Amino acid sequence: MAGRMEQQGQEKGLSSDLLCFGMEEEDLFQTEHILTASEDENDSDDERKHQKLLEAIGSLGDKKKKKLAERTEASLQVSEFTVSSEGANEKIELSDLLGTIKPSASSLKSVKKQLKIFEKTNQTLDLPVSKQQHEKIERTLAYEKTSKEVTKWNHTVAQNRKAEQLKFPLNEEPLTVKPMEERMAGWKARTPLEQEIFNLLHKNKQPLISPVLTAREQASLRAMSLQEAQERRAELQKARVLQSYYEARAKRAKRIKSKKFHKVMRRVWQKEILKQFEDLRKTNPEAALEELNKMEQTRMEERMTLRHQNSGKWAKSKVIMAKYDTEARNAIQKQLEKNKMLTTKVLVPSEGEDEVEAEMDRGDIVPDFVNNIETNKVANPWMLGRLSTDAKSSEVQEGEIATPVKVDVNEESDEGEKLSEDEALLQAFEERRRIRKERDGELAGSSIIVDQSKAEENVKSFDGEKKSTVPDNQGEKEEHLEEDLNEFNHLFQKFIQSKSKNLKKTRRKNKKVRTEKNKEGATVSEEREEPILDEQLERRRTMEEYETLGQDEGIDVGAASTLDTPQIIGNAVESANKSNPKAEVKKKQLINPKNVLMVTSKSIESPLVPTAIREENEEQEDQRMVIQEAFASDDVIDDFIKDKKRQIDAAKPKDIDLTLPGWGEWGGKGLKPSAKKRRRFRIKAAPPLPRKDQHLPNVIISEKRDISVAEHQVNQLPFPFSHQSQFEKSICAPIGKTWNTERATHKLTMPKIVTKMGTIIEPISEEDLLQNEKSMMAKVRRNPHKHRKVQQKKPFH
Amino acid sequence: MKVKILCRNPDDYVRETKNDIQRVPRNYDPALHPFEVPREYTRALNAIKLDRIFAKPFVASLDGHRDGVHCLAKHFKSLSTIISGACNGELKVWNLMNRQCVRTLQAHTGFVRGLCSRFCGTSFFSVGDDKTIKQWKMESPSLEEQEQPIHTILGKTYLLASCASDRSIVLYDIRQATPLKKVIMDLRTNAICWNPLEAFMFTGANEDYNLYTFDMRDLDSPIMVHMDHVSAVLDVDYSPTGKEFVSASFDKSIRIFPASKGHSREVYHTKRMQHVMCVKWSADNKYILCGSDEMNIRLWKANASEKLGVLAPREKASLNYNQKLKEKFQHHPHIKRIARHRHLPKMIYNQSKELRIMREARRRKEQNRRKHSKPGSVPLVSEKKKHIVAVVN
Repeated sequence: MAGRMEQQGQEKGLSSDLLCFGMEEEDLFQTEHILTASEDENDSDDERKHQKLLEAIGSLGDKKKKKLAERTEASLQVSEFTVSSEGANEKIELSDLLGTIKPSASSLKSVKKQLKIFEKTNQTLDLPVSKQQHEKIERTLAYEKTSKEVTKWNHTVAQNRKAEQLKFPLNEEPLTVKPMEERMAGWKARTPLEQEIFNLLHKNKQPLISPVLTAREQASLRAMSLQEAQERRAELQKARVLQSYYEARAKRAKRIKSKKFHKVMRRVWQKEILKQFEDLRKTNPEAALEELNKMEQTRMEERMTLRHQNSGKWAKSKVIMAKYDTEARNAIQKQLEKNKMLTTKVLVPSEGEDEVEAEMDRGDIVPDFVNNIETNKVANPWMLGRLSTDAKSSEVQEGEIATPVKVDVNEESDEGEKLSEDEALLQAFEERRRIRKERDGELAGSSIIVDQSKAEENVKSFDGEKKSTVPDNQGEKEEHLEEDLNEFNHLFQKFIQSKSKNLKKTRRKNKKVRTEKNKEGATVSEEREEPILDEQLERRRTMEEYETLGQDEGIDVGAASTLDTPQIIGNAVESANKSNPKAEVKKKQLINPKNVLMVTSKSIESPLVPTAIREENEEQEDQRMVIQEAFASDDVIDDFIKDKKRQIDAAKPKDIDLTLPGWGEWGGKGLKPSAKKRRRFRIKAAPPLPRKDQHLPNVIISEKRDISVAEHQVNQLPFPFSHQSQFEKSICAPIGKTWNTERATHKLTMPKIVTKMGTIIEPISEEDLLQNEKSMMAKVRRNPHKHRKVQQKKPFH
Repeated sequence: MKVKILCRNPDDYVRETKNDIQRVPRNYDPALHPFEVPREYTRALNAIKLDRIFAKPFVASLDGHRDGVHCLAKHFKSLSTIISGACNGELKVWNLMNRQCVRTLQAHTGFVRGLCSRFCGTSFFSVGDDKTIKQWKMESPSLEEQEQPIHTILGKTYLLASCASDRSIVLYDIRQATPLKKVIMDLRTNAICWNPLEAFMFTGANEDYNLYTFDMRDLDSPIMVHMDHVSAVLDVDYSPTGKEFVSASFDKSIRIFPASKGHSREVYHTKRMQHVMCVKWSADNKYILCGSDEMNIRLWKANASEKLGVLAPREKASLNYNQKLKEKFQHHPHIKRIARHRHLPKMIYNQSKELRIMREARRRKEQNRRKHSKPGSVPLVSEKKKHIVAVVN
């Protein structure tokens, strides 16, 4: 037994099995012993022999006998080695075990040693669990393991569930042309023809299998990748196309005969150059200086030659012609302008100036023609076409300050018929020449820029007689005039409706007075800014535009507005100085009508009705009062009444207007179909049926509900939707071909599951999972930010 | 001189070949196409009506067995082949294309309890009441070998679930010696099917008229209880897309359930079909096969109103559009009413009514009990938890 124990101990290192085994052995021993005892009683013959044997056995182990005697006591745990924990909770010490081993047994020494070492470590082993318990634990572990393993599908399953479309069979490889290498892999030349071909190929050192390229081709490939080459080719192609496009455009532009067009183009070009110059100034001041020097050079040349002065042969002839021909006149104008442009001195920016500062007062640095360009740009017919509408609207908005000025101008220009335009022009020429001569004398070497046009205008404004130097296109002018007058009349008609006739008369007087008064101011304003007299009227309009659009346009506009504002202020000051009380009254009246209308309408609408009803309510019930006090700040009742009124108004049937403007009469902007017609084609709505809540002041009963429609309507918010509006939106968006493009419809009506006819759909497998992961990783690597979206759309490609 | 003329480019209106669709210039300005919602609503209504009109799901009946059909198996490689086992131990291999029996075998004495074919499709196994499992070659006369009889339903490659008559569902992993976990339910689970696309989901067909979908990681309560049958559910099979499953019941009907919904979207029955013992969804997601007590195997369409055969592209597009319209307006009462309408045999109809009343009564009683007892003493047990007795490790 001890030997066996030893074996056990050696084999398993005193594992828990040892204890188990030991206990079994002990049981065996016990039964044996009991048997012998019974024999002893029955057979008296062999009693002696038996006794001897017993003694011999007894002499083998004294301790055992003792313990046997003890065993009669009931003990829970019985040990083979006659050790037992005596109390209920006492543990068997290792020393007890060691005691049973005979000191003489030499073979047990090693075991003893081990045990001693083991004793020192002082670790006890747990009891082995029962088989059932053991299996249960194993099962739980296995279950946990498996369920953990299964979770690897989580992502795939989630993807499949939320995928917009699943195409079965999943992960089907698209049909593609296989590369040469794959085809060639398991193939051999068999027929003589094939062999011959292969021989040829071998001779030329043409590689047969992967990659099917010659050495030279490979080298060329290495030199430049395909993508690079493609990019380069695309670039070149683009450049060529652009070039040809520009050439074609230039050719076309060159062939255009319209002078206006070229003028416009030139201005654009000039502006471009100016812009470039600005940039240059910022980036490379030295180059900019050189440019400036060049400009100075041209100025000097111009001044020396006086080429664009009207001293030339052509100019002289034109001057003669100018009397009869407006075109000639214009040509002269233009030339003079050019001359002026060339001869204006450019201010050289000081070196130490900050760039920001330079930007701030660009008006000073930039040569004068810049301003010209800007003004001209506005006068440009294309721009006008676009902006004129804006201008009108702005006029309407502006009201007071803008309109009178304009009207005055128009009337003034009417009056300016006295002087014949031709004479005026000639006079202007002479005037200019004289002034220039004077100024040249004075300011020859000065470095300050003098805005010549301004100076001129100043001079002009001094002598009041030459007001209307306006060589306008007559038709144009008249048109504008008419428009303005219309507007003016319209305004006044409104006013007249609200006011008595007396006031009207006074206003007319006022108007006359004011127009006369403003004449001078207006002329000043006209002549101050523009050198080109053609576009005078338009220009003023653009100024107004600038006032409204001002902030957008930046510095150019800033310059324009600075020019403008003093003039307007000046007008105001003038009127104030003259202290004409009537004018002031008129102004007020002009403002009034709108305001009055507004006020009255307001007073009708809100406060009257609710208060009355509220009082009634208060009288009716005290409780109301309490509630009202509680919700005093909310003003619930008032809101309710308003709400009800609004609903009643909304529910009223409206008249239907079937008039067709322009049908049977002239139509267009500003024209309205006649009142008679409007009356005739208006279908009057039937008076509304009496409302159900007519006599119920505290109730709103909606009349919208239509029973015949209601049965088709959804009356409960369906599950996936969280809000009514969401559901409504989903219903409102049409998906049919009638409302969507072919492609959109196709996308919208895409079925959720697509199967292929006659193909077996395999259950999802491990490989699918792997592929899915791989493709996902690849996608992440390719475009990490797009990844999620793509995944949602096509989870399996 | 420039002469301006009206010119039209033939490319804009002439088609290249006669087979092309005529190009129709369209103006998609919404103002020109008013009333989009009412128009689409009408279309949806028409679509749903047509859907019901064309709902003729029955395709064919395969007769030849001389006893009730007890089990069915699909061929894993061939769509047109199925194997059926009858209550008299007879096996039949069918060709669905010709709707003919290809081969008949007397495999067992007594019931054929289970059938399954190998994934490679070369052979199949049958389990009989005579305590044998037999393996058969797919083509010619058979080779037999004998082992211990077990009633199993094959699931995923490693994971295995079985249902036993001690009301339990047991999960196994064939790589490990021990079973994983056991769920004991109120009544016996007759069949189990794993979702082919979602590896951890399976559905059990139970005697208590319901089907239960479980997540194998959480067996404490089923994810969904599918109730509509009015008698014991005998078999269940998932569609290969994993979105739906079909169940066969003792109430002489088969029902199709969306996997994530508690109620069926479709019920199939015929006058002559008796208790349905087994059901299978074909591997191309198009057909359903069911074998019933009165010795017939029936072939149904999975989508009742689907047109069989090849669809022209335009046809397909219009079907897709109709489908989407139906989906879009599915909550509108008229459309809902039409879409839900089904004819039921009197037996099922009355039975379901009765069941409803019973359920309502039970609910009411519980409610009353809760009302009149100490708060908390009668806890609210959800329908999902109600049917699970215990989960054993």
